[in-house]
Amino acid sequence: MSQPPVFMGAPSSTGRFGDFGGRFVPEALMPACLELEAAFIDAWSDPVFIDEYHSVLHEFAGRSTPVTYLGRFSKLFGVEVYAKREDLAHTGSHKINNVVGQTLLTRRMGKTRVIAETGAGQHGVATATAAARLGLACTVYMGELDTHRQELNVFRMELLGSTVVPVTSGSKTLKDAVNEAMREWVSCVEDTHYCLGSVMGPHPFPWMVREFQSIIGREAEEQLTARGVGVPDVVVACVGGGSNAAGIFAGFANSSARLVGVEAAGGAAVSNGSPGVLHGMKSMLIQSEHGQIEEAHSISAGLDYPGIGPEHAFLAASGRAEYVGIGDEDVLVALQTLSQLEGIIPALESAHAVAWIMQEAGKAIPRGSTVLLNLSGRGDKDVAQVLDILRGRE
Amino acid sequence: MKSLEVTLRALRESGRKALVPYFMAGVTPNWTQHVAAAVHGGADAVEVGIPFSDPMMDGVIIQKAAELSLAAGTTIDSICAELAASDLGAPLIVMTYYNLFHHYGLRRASGRLAQSGVSGAIVPDLTLEESEEWRAACDENDIATIFLVAPSTTPERFARLARATEGFCYASARMAVTGRAQGAGDATRVVDAVRATSDVPTYVGIGISSPEQARDATEHSDGVIVGSALVDTILTGASPADTEVFIASFRRAIDK
Repeated sequence: MSQPPVFMGAPSSTGRFGDFGGRFVPEALMPACLELEAAFIDAWSDPVFIDEYHSVLHEFAGRSTPVTYLGRFSKLFGVEVYAKREDLAHTGSHKINNVVGQTLLTRRMGKTRVIAETGAGQHGVATATAAARLGLACTVYMGELDTHRQELNVFRMELLGSTVVPVTSGSKTLKDAVNEAMREWVSCVEDTHYCLGSVMGPHPFPWMVREFQSIIGREAEEQLTARGVGVPDVVVACVGGGSNAAGIFAGFANSSARLVGVEAAGGAAVSNGSPGVLHGMKSMLIQSEHGQIEEAHSISAGLDYPGIGPEHAFLAASGRAEYVGIGDEDVLVALQTLSQLEGIIPALESAHAVAWIMQEAGKAIPRGSTVLLNLSGRGDKDVAQVLDILRGRE
Repeated sequence: MKSLEVTLRALRESGRKALVPYFMAGVTPNWTQHVAAAVHGGADAVEVGIPFSDPMMDGVIIQKAAELSLAAGTTIDSICAELAASDLGAPLIVMTYYNLFHHYGLRRASGRLAQSGVSGAIVPDLTLEESEEWRAACDENDIATIFLVAPSTTPERFARLARATEGFCYASARMAVTGRAQGAGDATRVVDAVRATSDVPTYVGIGISSPEQARDATEHSDGVIVGSALVDTILTGASPADTEVFIASFRRAIDK
């Protein structure tokens, strides 16, 4: 008889993963969180809902995404690297998996509108896309700084019929966009679903988003098995809130694979943070000695977040997964290296995971190891920013 | 029963409606003088905001006040030191987000607050379900834990929250964060829902920005909380004397 899964099963009835998670929201939002939890549990055990979710991901979003063997990169670094190509999914990243699930759920709950936060703009674009497909109204909150860094994504969302609201409070980045989306949700919760973009926030979001993203890990596990690779030695993914990492880890949580999450060095909540409560969850946070949340700093807007999803905090505390930080400079080198060796321009976020492999191949990753890299998004959105940085140095 | 609730029940029995202004601690160097002026102008208790970097339940006015206060270096310790050194003459209730107390240590925070003369605490992002440890810490220090109810609160939750809250029950009139909506909204229905299961004093907040709105709200409740409208005057340069006039205008309207 097989053992029940030890890691990445359902959280406790109060939404806890070990000591992390839970639900820390204004009372005004509690009924919506409870309604969402019930609706998700009901939908996720309904074959009709699950079929529709898979069929939309297939017909609309282009799943399944392939696993690509990175031949020249592998040869150069002496490790066998397979990339799960979430960059090839519709809208250019894994974010589509989650929003397809959440927008179908929105319709099932009888709500007619979604709001979302976005950092780099990937989740905002994905939400705008899925909302357009179902005819749901959509408003996206985006830090003012990020609207400048990712101007094209702002226009994409508008093309898709969404409204983008620049957030001017606090650090004007992702964490403030989450604050503003939560504030707005209070005043429109009756007809509006908050389509949260990562494995964070109050229960059931961290669990629900991980479940909607777990298709990444399940597909990759089947694909590696089918090509005779089997369970990889290492599974690596970048982590901001941690949804792409949670998705790919879910396929290997109870295998022998080593799980590695790569945070931006300037936003490394596990390495440099401490337990705290923010955005509806208890997790690891970067905060001052007085408990004020500090601003994260990263070249990639998508990893500019001072916290991490609560399940990651638990996986770190339990030792099942490890979390490391990578600096901006190494990320730029990794982006160029992967582009030139493999013909794949990764998103700056995903390039963090590439950079970790380059740094640790032959060290923390023994020569000849097999590595599954989650290539969570494509770099199109970042090329203008990278051009500016590299040109500025000439 | 916590001391705060004894006081506030006695206030109700005396036939007086409670007027509770909110101040952001540390927003100006003389903020405690504003508090003293408000008490002089007729406030029955005072909410003292402790600034947090990510005030999820607050609109732009209180966000701005928190930013200013944090930039001036305000901490739990600095606030407690100032409160302990002042004799403000009314019950003090702190309002802030859970992370600050979690980070400070729950027992240590409630102890420090009590030593500084604080008798109640409102933590809007701490749900009833997650509040057990904080309430236990407050029990040791005679600090009342005040819960909010909202127009969206379900009947089952109204009953549990009205039973759990101490001092008073904070009835949100509107589905909005602070400072964004005006008027009594669903206040009557929310207050009735609390009264259906508890005789705890029930005060209306969120949406009260004028003396007339305060008067209307107290016709069907035991008191009102005035936050953003007051903080806004301080952000635009009001003196403690102005604050006394402001509060006195609410007092007169309520007492009519």
